[in-house]
Parts: sequence; structure tokens; C-alpha cells
Amino acid sequence: MRNAFINSLYELAAARDDIFLLCGDLGYSVLEVFADRFPDRFLNVGVAEQNMTEVAAGLAREGYNVFTYSIGNFSTLRAMEQIRYDVCYHEASVKVVAVGAGYAYGPQGVSHHATEDIAMLRAIPNLTVCAPADPVEARAAAYFMASHCGPGYVRINKTGEASIHDPATSLDFAPGRLLPVQAGNDVAILATGAIVAHALLEVRAAGKSWSVFSVPFVGGYDPAQLREIAQAHGLLVTMEEHQLNGGFGSSIVEALSDMYAVGNLPSMPRVRRIAIPNCFIGTAGSQDYLRATAGLTLASLRS
Amino acid sequence: MTIALDEFACRIRLAALDLCHRKRTSHIGGALSVADILAVLYGDVMNIAPDIVNDPARDRLFYSKGHACAALYAALDIRGFFPAGALQEGFIVDGSYFTSHVSHRLPGVELSTGSLGHALGVACGSALAGKRRNLPYSVFAVLSDGEMDEGSNWEAILFAAHNRLDNLIAIVDYNKVQGFGAVEAVMGLEPLAGKFRAFNWSVIEVDGHDPSALKSALSAAKAGRQGRPHCIIAHTVKGKGVSFMESQLAWHYKSPSDADLHAARVELGQL
Repeated sequence: MRNAFINSLYELAAARDDIFLLCGDLGYSVLEVFADRFPDRFLNVGVAEQNMTEVAAGLAREGYNVFTYSIGNFSTLRAMEQIRYDVCYHEASVKVVAVGAGYAYGPQGVSHHATEDIAMLRAIPNLTVCAPADPVEARAAAYFMASHCGPGYVRINKTGEASIHDPATSLDFAPGRLLPVQAGNDVAILATGAIVAHALLEVRAAGKSWSVFSVPFVGGYDPAQLREIAQAHGLLVTMEEHQLNGGFGSSIVEALSDMYAVGNLPSMPRVRRIAIPNCFIGTAGSQDYLRATAGLTLASLRS
Repeated sequence: MTIALDEFACRIRLAALDLCHRKRTSHIGGALSVADILAVLYGDVMNIAPDIVNDPARDRLFYSKGHACAALYAALDIRGFFPAGALQEGFIVDGSYFTSHVSHRLPGVELSTGSLGHALGVACGSALAGKRRNLPYSVFAVLSDGEMDEGSNWEAILFAAHNRLDNLIAIVDYNKVQGFGAVEAVMGLEPLAGKFRAFNWSVIEVDGHDPSALKSALSAAKAGRQGRPHCIIAHTVKGKGVSFMESQLAWHYKSPSDADLHAARVELGQL
């Protein structure tokens, strides 16, 4: 997923001369090709993410379309006020990219677990929050963000994700849209990020004919589509590799509740939220181990 | 605009005092300390005027001490960036963009600030763009001394020197008093010039209330493109020009009463 995103950014930078990539001294064996080909539009700013974000805002106001790249919480939480004030309030074309969503850097410990970023960033006005699920969506996210005028955040898993979409299909990849991955009935799984593939595998392994949707953009959902999904299924299940409080599942419940409250939804659907139960997991562990420990599995619906 | 720089600075002080008095706002001390710096920048050194606020070739000023808004608003008003009377009528009025920390929604204000330690990094980005695109503009950043405590400033100070941003000029309004006491008591900065020099900046120390000294220092910095960013350490006095406000911490917060304003205007020679 990471390489799909960066390779797409490379293609985009070849096609348009406004794309500028900043990194916070991370990206070894990933960013070199970009740096070598576009030395005038690449800069390693050192291990200084607050300054990286400020420099990005400064470049953006001079006409560049800037991507800031780091891992985990470093490009996001470390520079949260710069993102809020210098980037989002000023509507700067800065796209914050974080590799290592959720437990992607699992064994490295809690410092590297990006598990609160969605909740914190989706509260900031003007910021488009995107969590692609697979390499196909990661590529689409790069193209979307390159053409998006304004602030963005892209939360990328890492490497080795299976594709859940056929690369040949044309995705309806836009804020507000829920992308069908598998059509079914009774239960609709709404998931964001790389955990979509995990949900899909579980549904198939259990032999269930449930619907599965990938939701790459958090918030701002298309009310007609959300209503249609809510009315066609008896249970909605949200799934994310992120804390329960304030994350993707919260955003879905909020949207449904707001629609119901003003009469845009005849009845409030049952929603189960699968997320990290508001805790840190400090033990070493692979991404799969930590996901299981946190209960990020459809089996947790039984409890 | 032809106006003597000391006259420009005096008008900034009077306008800032008037705004803080009428609207009962804080930070007059820091507005008075930066007045001469802004007079020299907007009255002489910077290539900026109301009709070129969007000109790519204009000089940029990033005003990091956004709390001292009254001085910047006054300087811009005197130079005609705002419609006549707009500042006096709109300052911190419900629904106006004349907030008491500077707002980029106003003409001539490049960046909203108010949270300290942001503007120098943004100025670095603007300066980097100028270098990468070979554009002639200079980038100025006006910093307070208190905000030198912010780690983000030191990230930017490292960055500017490493990237040889010689089109960047940081001006520290070193008035020696910060939010809760004297700078040397709260978080000492000395040797401040030595710190900047050790970070590979070109440094000029100057009397921040001497317009001709400021003008020659800023002009030299603007002309000097030898691979180092420039720091002008402007030694100033908080509350400068009004004797009972000078170097007094209280005037970081107090707003002038009717009597204070009258006494200040007498001292500034306007009554």
C-alpha cells in the first residue's frame, strides 16, 4: 500500500510541477526514487515534524501542493497544532501522510501505534481524512489528494496488503462514498483502512452472505447511500484499527443519529462498533496478534 | 508614502494605545516595543504596499508575536491597507476579522498567529519556495523573546541555516519581559546572539528603538545573500515611549485607562 501510494505520487509529480514531498527523516528504501528524480521538489527536513508541517504550510502558500511523510504518530499527533492552525485554518494544500496505520508497526511498541489519529484529526475543520484499504485505494488516494485543493490526511497501512478491489474497476473514490466490496444481506460491515481485507476474509471464512463496504473517507457521508444501507440490513457493524472513542465507528453512529433525529431515517439501526476498547497494548506483537488481542475480529460480535 | 520613520513609529504607538484603551485589550507593552521595527519595515525596508499584497515578488512579513496585534494593525492602517476607519470601527467587534491575535483574513496579514512558535517555520517554507523558484523576494519574521522558549522555533532555526535560506530575516523583539516575568528569570536566552551564530546564522544586534540603526541593519540583511539566514536581535524596552509602562510586566495585560491614555499621549508629544 505504501509503495502504491508513493509510486502514484511519483507519477503525479512527473505530470505536474507543483507537487512537493517533505519527509521527516523517514522513508529509507521508499522515497529515494522520488528524491533522485525530483530533487527540487523533495526535502528531508530532519526529525522535526512540527517544523515539517510549518514549512509545508509555507510552501503551500507559495503555490506548492505539499505532501508531508512520516510514520505512525509523528506526522500527525506530534504536529497537531500546526495541522490545525497553520494548515487547516489557512486552508493550505498540505497533505499529511502517515505510514503505519493502527498496529502496522506492531512490534515497535505503543510509540508506533497510530490508534487515535482518526478521532483527533476528524475533529479539525477543512481536513479531508482518508484511510485507504488496499493498494488500489492507496493509488486512488494519491490521485485524489493531488487534485484536492486544501488540507488532507492519508493514513496508510504499510506493505503486503492484498487487494480487495480489482485494479481494473473504476472506484467511486470520493469523500462521502461507501465502496461496496461484497454484496449481501442481513448484516453490513462498514470498515475503514486495511482492516477491510481482514473483515472480508472473516465473512467469507464463516460462509456468511453479509455485505462488506470499504469506507476510505471518514466523515461527511452521502446520506442517501447511508440510509439505503441502513434500511437494507438488520445490523450494521463498523470496524476500524483505531480506538473506539471518537473514531470511524463513532462517525457512522453520529451520522445515523443525526439523520434519524431530523427524520431523514425512519428508524435508528442497530450498530455494533468493533474497535480497540480504549486501551494501550504495551506488549510486543505482530499486527495480527495485536488486532486479535484488541478484539478486532467479527468473533467479538458474539460477546 | 513619505513619512519620517520616527513619526511613523509614534503614530503606531498612538494608534495601538487608542485601540487597547477603547477595547480594553491586553499586550500594549509588546505593541510599543515592536513599533519602531514595524515602522522601519513598512516605512522603508520592505517591498510591500496595499496594491501588491498578492504580487509574487512582494516581500513577506510573518508576524509571530500575534498577540501584539495592535501594532501591526496600526502599521498596516497607516500605510492604507484597510479602508479608512475600518480598524477603529472593527477592532474586536463581533463578526469582524480584527481579532486580538492577527488574522490572515485581513489584507496585508500573511499569516494568522497567536499560538507562539509557528511563524518562523512557515516563513522558512516561504523562503524555501523563493530559493527553489529563484524569486527575488525577502521573507521577514518578527518574533517575541518569550516565544524563543518554543522548541519549534529551534527546529526552524536549524532548518533555515542547513538550507541556506539567506532570503530569510528573523527579527527578535527582545524586550526582556515575557508572560510571567523577566526573560532572564523565566527562561534565560543569553547568549542569544551566540546561540544564533552557533546555529550558523548571520547576526546583527541593534537598538530596536533607533530607526536609522534598524534601517541599516535590516537593509544590510536584505541585501546579504551569502548563504546564511539573518537574525536581527533588536534590543527593545517593553512599553517603550510611555514611561510608566516601560519594562513593567503588568502592561503585558493591562489596558490603558482614560488617565493612562492621556498621560501616554502627553509623553508621546501629541497633547
